[in-house]
Amino acid sequence: MSKQRLVVIGNGMAGARAVEEILARGGGELFEIVMFGEEPYGNYNRILLSNVVNGSQDATEIFLNSLSWYEENRIRLHAGVKIEKIDRVSKLVHGSDGTMTPYDKLLIATGSRAFIPPIKNLHDEKGALKKGIFGFRTLDDCGAIITEARTARKAAVLGGGLLGLEAARGLLTHGCEVHVIHLARTLMNMQLDPPAAGMVKKAMEALGVHVHLEKATTEVLGNGRITGVKFKDDTVLDCDMLVVSAGIKPNSELAMQCGLTVERAIVVDNHMRSVDDFDVYVVGECAQHRGTVYGLVAPLWEQAKVLADHITGKNPSAGYYGSKLATKLKVMGVEVASMGLIEPEGVEDEVVQFSEPSRGQYKKLIVRKGRLVGAIMLGDLSKVAYLMQAFDKNTPLPDERLSLLFDIGAPAKKITFDEMADEAQVCNCNGVSKGKIGGCVSAGKKTPKSVMEATRAGMGCGSCKSMVKDLVEWFCGGEAEEDPTVHYYVPSIPMTRRELTAAVLAQGLRSVSAVQNALAGGIEDAASKPALASLLSIVWKGEYEDERDARFINDRVHGNIQKDGTFSVIPEMAGGICTPAELRRIADAADRYHVPLVKLTGGQRIDLVGVKKEDMPAMWQDLAMPAGSAWGKHYRTCKSCIGSDYCRFGLGDSMALAVKVEKRFRGLDSPGKLKLATAGCPRNCSEALVKDVGAVAVGEGKWEIYVGGAAGSHIRKGDLFAVVESHDDVLKLSGRFIQYYRENAKYKERTYSFVERIGIAKLKAILLDDSEGICAALDAAMDESTAAAKDVWLERNTPKTINQFRTDLTVTDEAAE
Amino acid sequence: MTRKYKLGLVSQIPSGEGRTFHVDGIDVAVFRTRNDEIFATQTKCPHKGGPLADGLLGNTHLICPLHELRFDLTTGQAIGSDACITIYAVTRETTGELTVELPGE
Repeated sequence: MSKQRLVVIGNGMAGARAVEEILARGGGELFEIVMFGEEPYGNYNRILLSNVVNGSQDATEIFLNSLSWYEENRIRLHAGVKIEKIDRVSKLVHGSDGTMTPYDKLLIATGSRAFIPPIKNLHDEKGALKKGIFGFRTLDDCGAIITEARTARKAAVLGGGLLGLEAARGLLTHGCEVHVIHLARTLMNMQLDPPAAGMVKKAMEALGVHVHLEKATTEVLGNGRITGVKFKDDTVLDCDMLVVSAGIKPNSELAMQCGLTVERAIVVDNHMRSVDDFDVYVVGECAQHRGTVYGLVAPLWEQAKVLADHITGKNPSAGYYGSKLATKLKVMGVEVASMGLIEPEGVEDEVVQFSEPSRGQYKKLIVRKGRLVGAIMLGDLSKVAYLMQAFDKNTPLPDERLSLLFDIGAPAKKITFDEMADEAQVCNCNGVSKGKIGGCVSAGKKTPKSVMEATRAGMGCGSCKSMVKDLVEWFCGGEAEEDPTVHYYVPSIPMTRRELTAAVLAQGLRSVSAVQNALAGGIEDAASKPALASLLSIVWKGEYEDERDARFINDRVHGNIQKDGTFSVIPEMAGGICTPAELRRIADAADRYHVPLVKLTGGQRIDLVGVKKEDMPAMWQDLAMPAGSAWGKHYRTCKSCIGSDYCRFGLGDSMALAVKVEKRFRGLDSPGKLKLATAGCPRNCSEALVKDVGAVAVGEGKWEIYVGGAAGSHIRKGDLFAVVESHDDVLKLSGRFIQYYRENAKYKERTYSFVERIGIAKLKAILLDDSEGICAALDAAMDESTAAAKDVWLERNTPKTINQFRTDLTVTDEAAE
Repeated sequence: MTRKYKLGLVSQIPSGEGRTFHVDGIDVAVFRTRNDEIFATQTKCPHKGGPLADGLLGNTHLICPLHELRFDLTTGQAIGSDACITIYAVTRETTGELTVELPGE
């Protein structure tokens, strides 16, 4: 069977995409393909035109298919040839160059052009747009706009819709004063409700764009070239250029002339064929399906797929049933997402809303019968991926509506990639689905960058980049070849923590300088020093060679540095318990050394704030209490409630346990600080559920151990790790967990991320079921570490370095010469 | 015009650390790297006045203890920021005696 002739009129995004889809279904074997494009280029990404105007992308960067693509796929492209007539009887198209081309199947993808509203004096005597007036639709428009904007003083944009604002953004970069004129009462009134539009307006005005709302433009002023515009209310705006972006008008004249049904655009059936002629297919902005003409790209991709399935016979029953409109973009620096309805339509539509105009945050959902029928989001778009899916798939929403707007009290919940459908769109600009990214990864592209280059995902507005990156990692099963340094324990040595530990042990490297000499090529990196010191202290325990210059100042002088360079002195107070004698000594020391502030800490200790470095050793002497280790990345404190001795609800002796915990773990270095708590009953007055390790008495002598809790910059409830029956078992199992954390966490990785990274199930398997056979070794390492821990305040008698506690050294010597 | 002041022996500063010296009304932070190079700078970080002598030293880079601004001690220039600190010339005799040159009348 000889090939059929497929003629495509239009070489824009829709035409080219449809051909790509046809080729992907073996269409190259079925058809000889001829394409006509009115513009003298290959096809380009129209979405990125505003980037060309603002200069962030070069015209050559937005081409989608190079001319070689046409050659490779044996497509004959006639760029710059306009089709003037379709003869459906003889099945011929007539070109502006006088040629006639026969077809068996015809694809009309003529797209649309800028809609030019009827305004007096808009055109010159030849019928062309007057000098200084431009549409905003093609690469040639962009070129002309840029040239004009470089010399223009004042530019106006007619139309405050999506495209108009994009044009305004582009113009801003050329230094002219920019005015946006809009007929409606609010900007982007197709996508945003009035409050959201108000915030966008504010953001635009902050960037210097002048916005004129409810202005009907009636007349262009100026002879020969534009000097201003006049409005219906007789006011006038001076300007020396005008960009018209008042909507689009489908290019359907050709179809109308050859007798196809045209309403607002060419009317098609569910297979994307003209309703009058089954050999004529239509796709994109010149097609009208079930009364709707789509102006966004996402529907176009769906149409192209259906059309290709049908025309190639791959799936003759493939049907297009309309698209749900969702869009996500950045307008004037504001992240915006909009989908479906913008206002409720009936009494049963429920509105869930949050508004914080001063921070540019706005979230509004319209829910009908438990399903999402519309949403507007401004500012924080962290929940949008989930909402777009729920909207598109019409899935039921969770009853807890608040969780649709925010992540509260729980770690940020990303949509899980397992649940995400393969065809779910990730990049809306370039129409890339999850499945396409997966295919690219299986074909050998293992870095986000190479996947983005191959699929063009993330290369449009860029808002989906982080999701593309996460997806690539997910498809690689955690083996994405991203920048390898992220896995290094310190940036200066190309080893993971595990590799580094092995090298340190094998080569007997006991000090930070020895490690940097042996493994970092002798190049000393300041930022790596404390991280290496922490690791060596954990690996070598008592045999660690403590070079103080590797330590942060807090760990050189054993106090917390304050903003004025003074320090805070915090003695140990296990379980928050102290004696009257200790209290008196603290009060006396505060008096004697003129301590400006005495403050209770969150960890149930007393903080003497504002102490001079040189006073510290003497104060420690007078206090006669051990160091409270409240200043570094180590075991910090164990908070407790009053427990069973006095509390009428107490189920377990939390105070005694806290004292034991403190005596056991004090002085231990760790990757991040460790804040612990014990609670005598599930009322949890000591907040044990949000600690790195927390023990809660639950009655009958039992204790629940929670790990990975946090209530600081990050809030997380700890995971239940084990239930044990004695204080000793709490000490043993928390010690085992702490030791595993100390040996395996990244530097500065707190337990809340460590526990999430490893997973509580795996931690239980390793530490309770001994799945790796390391429990005995961990327990022994913890015993050895605690035995080696010292009270650092004893350095008051034996300073570790010369002038360790001197704030300054006064030189009395006169000038040398 | 500059004036020279003797600071005493280099051994007053532990290797890899810095100390502040008070010289004739001027405070100077003096650093001794692990390679035994000596640098002298102003004492306070231009950002929020952090005590630079308490910073972390690695090679010729210094990290302020308060907010981790980094400086190159050979030039005084902050890394990744426009901030800059004053560098004073300092010399060491074979005896280990340090001399710093400070602005004076």
